[in-house]
Amino acid sequence: MIQYALRRFVSLVVSLIVASIVIFAVVEVIPGDPAAFMLGVNAQEDTLNALREQMGLNDPLPVRYFNWVTGMLSGDFGNSWTYKAPVAEMIADRIWVSLPLAIYALILSTLIAFPAGIYAASRRGKPGDIAVMGATQLGVAIPNFWFAMILVLIFAINLRWFSAGGFPGWENPFDALKSLTLPAIALALPQAAILARVMRSSLLDMLGEDFIRTARAKGLTRRQALWRHAVRNALIPVLTIIGLQFSFLLAGGIIIEQVFFLPGLGRLIFQSISARDLIVVESVVMLLVFVVILVNFAVDLAYAVVDPRLRSRV
Amino acid sequence: MTFLKTLTGASALALLAGMAAAQTDITVAIQLEPPNLDPTGGAAQAIDSVLYSNVFEGLTRFMADGSVVPGLAESWEISDDGLTYTFTLRDGVTFHDGTTMDAEDVKFSLDRINAEDSANAQKKLFANITDVSVVDPQTVAVTLDQPNGMMLFNLAWGDAVIVAPESIENIATNPVGTGPFKFDDWVQGDRIEMSAYDGYWGDKPALTEATFRFISDPTAAFAAVMAEDVDAFVGFPAPENLPQFEADPRFQVLNGNTEGETILSTNNKMPPFDDVRVRKAVAHAIDRQAIIDGAMFGLGTPIGTHFAPHNPDYVDLIGNSQHDPELAKKLLAEAGYADGFTTTLKLPPPSYARRGGEIIAAQLREVGITAEISNLEWAQWLEEVFKGKDFGLSIVSHTEPMDIAIYANPDYYFQYDNAEFQALMDELNATTDPEGRSALLAKAQTIISEDYVNGYLFELAVSTVAKAGLQGLWLNQPTAAVDLTGVSWAE
Repeated sequence: MIQYALRRFVSLVVSLIVASIVIFAVVEVIPGDPAAFMLGVNAQEDTLNALREQMGLNDPLPVRYFNWVTGMLSGDFGNSWTYKAPVAEMIADRIWVSLPLAIYALILSTLIAFPAGIYAASRRGKPGDIAVMGATQLGVAIPNFWFAMILVLIFAINLRWFSAGGFPGWENPFDALKSLTLPAIALALPQAAILARVMRSSLLDMLGEDFIRTARAKGLTRRQALWRHAVRNALIPVLTIIGLQFSFLLAGGIIIEQVFFLPGLGRLIFQSISARDLIVVESVVMLLVFVVILVNFAVDLAYAVVDPRLRSRV
Repeated sequence: MTFLKTLTGASALALLAGMAAAQTDITVAIQLEPPNLDPTGGAAQAIDSVLYSNVFEGLTRFMADGSVVPGLAESWEISDDGLTYTFTLRDGVTFHDGTTMDAEDVKFSLDRINAEDSANAQKKLFANITDVSVVDPQTVAVTLDQPNGMMLFNLAWGDAVIVAPESIENIATNPVGTGPFKFDDWVQGDRIEMSAYDGYWGDKPALTEATFRFISDPTAAFAAVMAEDVDAFVGFPAPENLPQFEADPRFQVLNGNTEGETILSTNNKMPPFDDVRVRKAVAHAIDRQAIIDGAMFGLGTPIGTHFAPHNPDYVDLIGNSQHDPELAKKLLAEAGYADGFTTTLKLPPPSYARRGGEIIAAQLREVGITAEISNLEWAQWLEEVFKGKDFGLSIVSHTEPMDIAIYANPDYYFQYDNAEFQALMDELNATTDPEGRSALLAKAQTIISEDYVNGYLFELAVSTVAKAGLQGLWLNQPTAAVDLTGVSWAE
């Protein structure tokens, strides 16, 4: 088990180093001078130069890469050029919107998908199964931003149960959760649809396995065999999907954050790219990559817990 | 959207409940969030939208109609040679941190614009200030190296507001000014809050608290106004929804003008546009009204030159470039392009450019010109078009007020080089009497219109959607500002 975890950890570190180089390179080659963007069309050349100097844009690329990476390692993400505030602080502010939103959506998605998937699998071919499959087909097909707009139309504009967007802050946790509810539902439903389908097909695969037949032969009812043996074994592909989905929910909130004008990481990236605030873009993308890699690492470890055979595999 | 209409009746109840007491707070939405809160250190209009005349004030200021009136300077005297401006400052002005605003602060602010390491986006406007000296705490003398008839106008820009050395360090995140509202809080990505400043020198505003919110997505903007999350949206980004707000008694819609001359920028040094007949052909190929209707949902005033139509000095020169495809073809044939030619049309992100570009490309195709569209982000546009001058045509709204002088700079991106025009601008700079200036401005407008420097399309409109009871919002945007000093709720 320890060896397995170590191997996963080394691959995590290598992935991070490669990712940092790729991110830095890609962001630096985007055309457009950040100083020119900030100062607009009336700026004089000497003013632009003064600003580039202040932003450290006149240093050679390797020096800037080195400064960036060593800074991050010591927790210093540098200062945003346009916002003129520490990037670490900006990320810390924004993550308290994006992370709870992703977790909220993931919980909703799992709460919907598990029962739906298990129900459909246990009613295979019957009307209940067909209804669930039909609904999930629809859920997969509907883009979440469109769904978000429909939710706003119904619950914010017409019923007035929720505000159309924005985030009041965590001083009042109830208001904060309330403002995240519509975005979380919009994010969760398409994910739930995918997850329910995976859960169902994975369960059906298990139900055809020999060990289920053995369990049935021992005298377990179909339902008992399903709950005691099939569900646990069906979890591996489901965990993979959940891991991927969490990354998607965290990074993929960009559009949903636009629709609900939430001050999250997605919106920060969006604004920073158009303002050519490269240091913010690099740091936020790096952070997201870090989270994705970390989640995958956790999922790998979770496999080992669910499936003991993986622990000894070298 | 039809089922929406049937359901809006339900919200009438909520409206009645909200009308009980006169409100003194306001939530205003604008599309873009300011990148920082230093009006003297960046060109982003959103900075001024939030702070201009609310938090910061200059020696002079713009009013809603675009006129320039005394601000922190109560009065001034201009020496006979036009080189020295002596400003008398108002008494009893304090910054929000309690310190007194005096001549030293004015000197600090103006010297800072012209400093070596200054990052002021409009440094150029103040380049001919050679000296700022403190006469006494209430008097400042500003010396120029040559007369500049625009100086009082330029001092009204948000880039020339008066700041204090005591608070300059953190101006980007904690702006301290002299205005009627003091900055309270900025939740980045979401909102900026301010409240009335008790020590304000002038008339107290009717509002006690103001919140600015930033909603960039047009659909989200529509939802936020409809759900009454915001009281007003200045610069509403979804013109297609305006008729719906106009029909709804809960809301009022203000359609005004900006200082944005929207032009089909033309690279005057790049063949074939170096031939005035080709530029004239392009001008006649364009149907302005079709662009305004098709791209702007009918909002926008046609222009025939680079000047704001609401300005008293505007001359109507639309007749020089009426829509006439036959004439355009004839002119192209004369210039040796009977079979037309191919050029680039590089478009920045705003919808006037993206939507307008498609329509213009279609109109140019009718006279044989193929315009290859490429869509650029702003940073790319600045690099390729503005700095690199690598373009045939582009569409841009020039939003700086009174910016006709850009035509006197042969290095400006559209590269118009006309000695007569340059001499005229020098003369204009040296002229301070209003009548003389009007005549010179009229002449300048005529020259560029008859030289077909660029395709003159329309003056960019600005729409504000507000709740019905709100009064005192600016109709026009003579400068980017959401001036809350005169805003109040009807009883």
